[in-house]
Amino acid sequence: MASSGHGSGRQEAADRRLRLIAGHLHPRIAASECKAEAAESDPVRAKTVPKRRQEVMKWNGWGYSDSRFLFNKKGQAEFTGRRYRLGGLIFPSLKDWFESTFGANLQHKSPPTAALNSSAITPPNLNEPFLQDLKSMGIPHSLEAEDRVFRAHGHCLHEIFALREGRFGRLPDMVVWPNCHDDVVKIVELACQHNACLIPYGGGTSVSSALECPPDEMRSIVSLDTSQMNHILWIDEKNLTAHVEAGIVGQELERLLNESGFCTGHEPDSMEFSTLGGWVATRASGMKKNIYGNIEDLVVHIKMVTPRGVVEKSCQVPRMSTGPDIHHFIMGSEGTLGVVTEVTLKIRPLPEYQKYGSVVFPNFEQGVACLREVAKQRCAPASIRLMDNAQFQFGHALKPQVSSIFTSFLDGLKKFYITKFKGFDTHRLCVATLLFEGDREKVLQHEKQVYDIAAKFGGLAAGEDNGQRGYMLTFVIAYLRDLGMDYYVIGESFETSVPWDRVLDLCRNVKERITRECKERGVQFPPMSTCRVTQTYDAGACVYFYFAFNYRGLADPVHVYEQVEHAAREEILANGGSLSHHHGAPKPMSDTCETTNQIAAYIQSHGLLRPRFLHLVVHDGVVDAKATEDDERLCRKRR
Amino acid sequence: MDSSAQYLMLSRREDFRDILEERRTSSDLSHALKSFTRMSSRASPPCSVSTLNKTVLESQHLHYIMQEVSKDTGEPLEAIREEAAGILEEMSQNLQLGYIRFLGFILSKVFKRLFRKINVNEEGLQRLQQAMQESPVVLMPNHRSYVDFLVLSYLLFTYDLSIPVIAAGIPLMGMQLIGEILRRSGAFFIRRSIGTDKLYWAVLSEYVKTILRKDFAPVEFYVEGLRSRTLKSLPPKLGMMHMVLEPFFKGEVYDISLVPISISYDRVVEESLLAYEILGVPKPKETTMGLLKARKVMDEDYGNMHVCFGHPLSVRDLAKGKVNRKQYNLIPRDLPMKPSESIHAFANTTAHLVLRLQQDNMVLSPWSLMATILMQNLGGINLKLLTKQTVWLKWLVLDFGALVDWPVQVADSEVMSSGLSLHHSVVRCEGDQVLLAEQKPQRGAAPEEAVFRRAVAVLMCASYRNQALHVLASPAMLSVALSLAAASSRADIYNLYAFLREMFYNEFIFIPDRTGQDFEEACSLLQKCGTVQIINQNIMVTDKGLSVTSFLTAAVEPFIDAYQVIFRYICSRSVQEFTEKQFISGIRTFTLNLILTGEVKSYDVLSSETQKNALASLVRLNALTKKKREEQTYFSPNKAAIGRTADILAGKIAPQARTYSRL
Repeated sequence: MASSGHGSGRQEAADRRLRLIAGHLHPRIAASECKAEAAESDPVRAKTVPKRRQEVMKWNGWGYSDSRFLFNKKGQAEFTGRRYRLGGLIFPSLKDWFESTFGANLQHKSPPTAALNSSAITPPNLNEPFLQDLKSMGIPHSLEAEDRVFRAHGHCLHEIFALREGRFGRLPDMVVWPNCHDDVVKIVELACQHNACLIPYGGGTSVSSALECPPDEMRSIVSLDTSQMNHILWIDEKNLTAHVEAGIVGQELERLLNESGFCTGHEPDSMEFSTLGGWVATRASGMKKNIYGNIEDLVVHIKMVTPRGVVEKSCQVPRMSTGPDIHHFIMGSEGTLGVVTEVTLKIRPLPEYQKYGSVVFPNFEQGVACLREVAKQRCAPASIRLMDNAQFQFGHALKPQVSSIFTSFLDGLKKFYITKFKGFDTHRLCVATLLFEGDREKVLQHEKQVYDIAAKFGGLAAGEDNGQRGYMLTFVIAYLRDLGMDYYVIGESFETSVPWDRVLDLCRNVKERITRECKERGVQFPPMSTCRVTQTYDAGACVYFYFAFNYRGLADPVHVYEQVEHAAREEILANGGSLSHHHGAPKPMSDTCETTNQIAAYIQSHGLLRPRFLHLVVHDGVVDAKATEDDERLCRKRR
Repeated sequence: MDSSAQYLMLSRREDFRDILEERRTSSDLSHALKSFTRMSSRASPPCSVSTLNKTVLESQHLHYIMQEVSKDTGEPLEAIREEAAGILEEMSQNLQLGYIRFLGFILSKVFKRLFRKINVNEEGLQRLQQAMQESPVVLMPNHRSYVDFLVLSYLLFTYDLSIPVIAAGIPLMGMQLIGEILRRSGAFFIRRSIGTDKLYWAVLSEYVKTILRKDFAPVEFYVEGLRSRTLKSLPPKLGMMHMVLEPFFKGEVYDISLVPISISYDRVVEESLLAYEILGVPKPKETTMGLLKARKVMDEDYGNMHVCFGHPLSVRDLAKGKVNRKQYNLIPRDLPMKPSESIHAFANTTAHLVLRLQQDNMVLSPWSLMATILMQNLGGINLKLLTKQTVWLKWLVLDFGALVDWPVQVADSEVMSSGLSLHHSVVRCEGDQVLLAEQKPQRGAAPEEAVFRRAVAVLMCASYRNQALHVLASPAMLSVALSLAAASSRADIYNLYAFLREMFYNEFIFIPDRTGQDFEEACSLLQKCGTVQIINQNIMVTDKGLSVTSFLTAAVEPFIDAYQVIFRYICSRSVQEFTEKQFISGIRTFTLNLILTGEVKSYDVLSSETQKNALASLVRLNALTKKKREEQTYFSPNKAAIGRTADILAGKIAPQARTYSRL
């Protein structure tokens, strides 16, 4: 998935982007039946995610059906499919790493149930009047079991685990595909009128249980799939903004903008599948936020359909002082307030030059000190990440088979230099990966500045290749989780935002807590408990944890997993971290997000959307909120 | 169940091994020069002493304080910094293995001369080793003798465990040569009465915390603050406690292990000094010459010493559900922060828990059981009767869960005579009678002089009784409550029990907020040995149980009497307020007269420790108000309240009803 390295010149950068995205989508996917497609006025049209997503994507795992890791007959790990640059490659050291890290064994398999058994699924609870009106409006919909199952979950561990075991909880009763903002307005009106429950669905990559249907919901649940709303409506080259429908998928947005010589620069790890609307709804953060900013910095205008009307600003300006910013109420609301339909985003000209890099530090402490200094001098490259030792080992295990003896000899030499000559301990050293972007000259200058700082903290430049592989890890990790689940290994990631002076303590304590909690709960083999610092800010950093373990011998592995994760989050909070930096508040812990809940409780009027929430009344752009007793009750019940 | 309760229920069966046995058969020199590998696989290699000190001086916390002090005093920051460096230099240890070896050699010689055996529970050492690999460790021994001071380092050296740094009082530093040797053996020196010296507090706490954060070495300190002259636990001092807990609260370390360590002596080396100190004769200043003069103590036999390493307590476990660590999130971590109420309560409870666990692992000698009986027979007792009662008491305390060092396969009479001969300084035999060894006053001396000499003898014996008192304290409180109560209803008895517990809170050290549980435990102990029966919420003493309750009541009677005398004294005075000094000299004269007239039999009232404890209790019960003025503490009594307290203690009126949560 990683790009072909540093190109030079504008054209090459654009090519790289194209290659990055190209081939992700199956060639067979024809253009959709969207009625808007015929319209001549469409300036730019993205390749559409098919309505029947299960045709190209796994219904019980991550990503495309044809792309996955497996251990071949020789016991070597291999990545299938041709969508990614990794396709067809062999990873010789992955097996040993996997077995020794988790105490797993290739003989002990835990395969998923083979196919989706539609007969096991309860028939939909239909709201006939709603359905009739919808039909009369000609908005596409589906009642099929496969479509409903696909939209009943995000990618939390418990959700995927249940799917693999063929267990289904409450499903949406139907799926609708609006084609544009007006369709959404109609659907929301209908839902209000007929008392149906709506759950907006974008890329389906949520890891905060936000897509889970409440099991006790008696009303008909309608999944509102935004995938057909994927036009770039206009690009404003003078103000450098683009107005885009919220259902567009990250990689398509970038590809299309690249064609016009622009980019948003917003690259969350899930950008292959996640949508613009989802980013807004979760307060997403992108890998290159140091240059382009997080979603809240990128957004200029949002249009959202709520049960009480459409919320939007009257102008598209860089900043305004007219009371609290309504955008900050929408961002992070996770589909509970309404459906985001259109967004105006900042865009930038494509960077001329891009270069990866990496630095080896003797230990994690030195690495963090270096990142802190980089943040202090405000000279962070587009991306700078620091992996701890365990993650460095992990990344190393993902090294594809080397093609020539010479390369492997060179690797040996590098290792010798670092461990023997420089005296680094292979069990303590850690690696920072870097990505520079911009004018060629400035990039080279910037690179030198960062490497100079790193040298002060004992860091040694360790090449572009290592850097690139580091970024690859973040894209393939979800595919790797599926591989683990085939062999009794379950895991997930979570992240936090933390002040600088607490970074080291937090990392150590959380990792330690995970290890000890696992032991206490009868996990037989020590878990993988690893972290990396993925973003730097003036006042702190974002830390990302991976946590996985071998669950053989456990009666209820998901429960154990959830208990440990809960403990880990508790530890994060006790160490001065936040519940989340960009994933969104996990549902079981959301009682800690008192403010949102209280505001929600106050404003909500009758849980039309999803149980957590609410309705806005818009009078001349001023939001007027009224809560009823009924809502208070609902909210209390939910806690 | 909370985790402190779990720690209290851990098994107390310990197997001891005599480490001197090997020292008597193999060379001390090769022991001192043995290869020593610090067994600690955790974290990075330890830093040097100078790096440690540098880290302390350059810490952000100290920097903040220095700025504050500079602003307060108007002195330049540079001067303050120099002052801080001076404090640190005076304080800091300079642990060197060479000196440990040197000391190891000397101590081998000394210990072999002083003691018959030094018994250690090796299982405890294994647990300690485990704990050291998991988190920074705080060693918390009790403090009964100067010998305590280095015995732990000696043991850890012998067993290849990290040598601790030890918090010591600054007088020790003043000893020529010895001070420096101690410093290089890991002692760091703390001034007494630091008071409000901000800079000193900051340097000290940063020093202690840095040692823990860096896991430089285990930290050893006496939670009692000083050597107990009464051989009873002292109420804990919380300053150091807060310092060692904070790195955990702030997340600077994953966890901290507190290891209660119980050191028990058959005979305490400085026993003769103890009584004098308690009676107000100041202790001799620690000097090297004094130490050399004290050589003659080396010729005496001090019997056995037991060192019992308790189960390590995980601060993380203890704090679960009690301390919300998020309270530290909203203030920069290096800024000094006054401990919140919950933190303070936690430190207090934890310190009490450690004391209690120290007590639980004390090994009682047959002699301290004898002393307990003797204290109830100050006029002398027939040896046979003494033997019979001591053996009876042995079974009772074993029932109560105490560890007793009663030799097996030795006749009881032999155990008795061995104990009596070891303590020839306290008792003597006249035919069949066992009597206190009392120095006869010089002819023509004042009658007060005779009382004083008698008091020395009684209080010496009392100290050894005190070694066993913690086993009896809670059941004794219950027995007293049973005897005072007008009715046998459980609620009434609980009320009295709770009152007595409050009253003697500092005397016998109870864990705060455990009144209900302690009451239940005391009831079940007495029920188990057939002393009481509980029917329909009534607690009644059985016929054969009467001997037990009256024995237990008699065991604490001297304290009850002492408190009554003190209450009487305070009520008899007409002054509105008094200082501690005035009180102590006043009560001494008052009591001397009462003893001379034979009205009072308790000598414990002469003990300055008891006097201070009684004052503290009255303050706790709001019968005394404490005011600070011009560096002096004044007490002003509420005589009505004191009178009421005295009446309750005498069984004349019932205490105010309390809600009993666990009925």
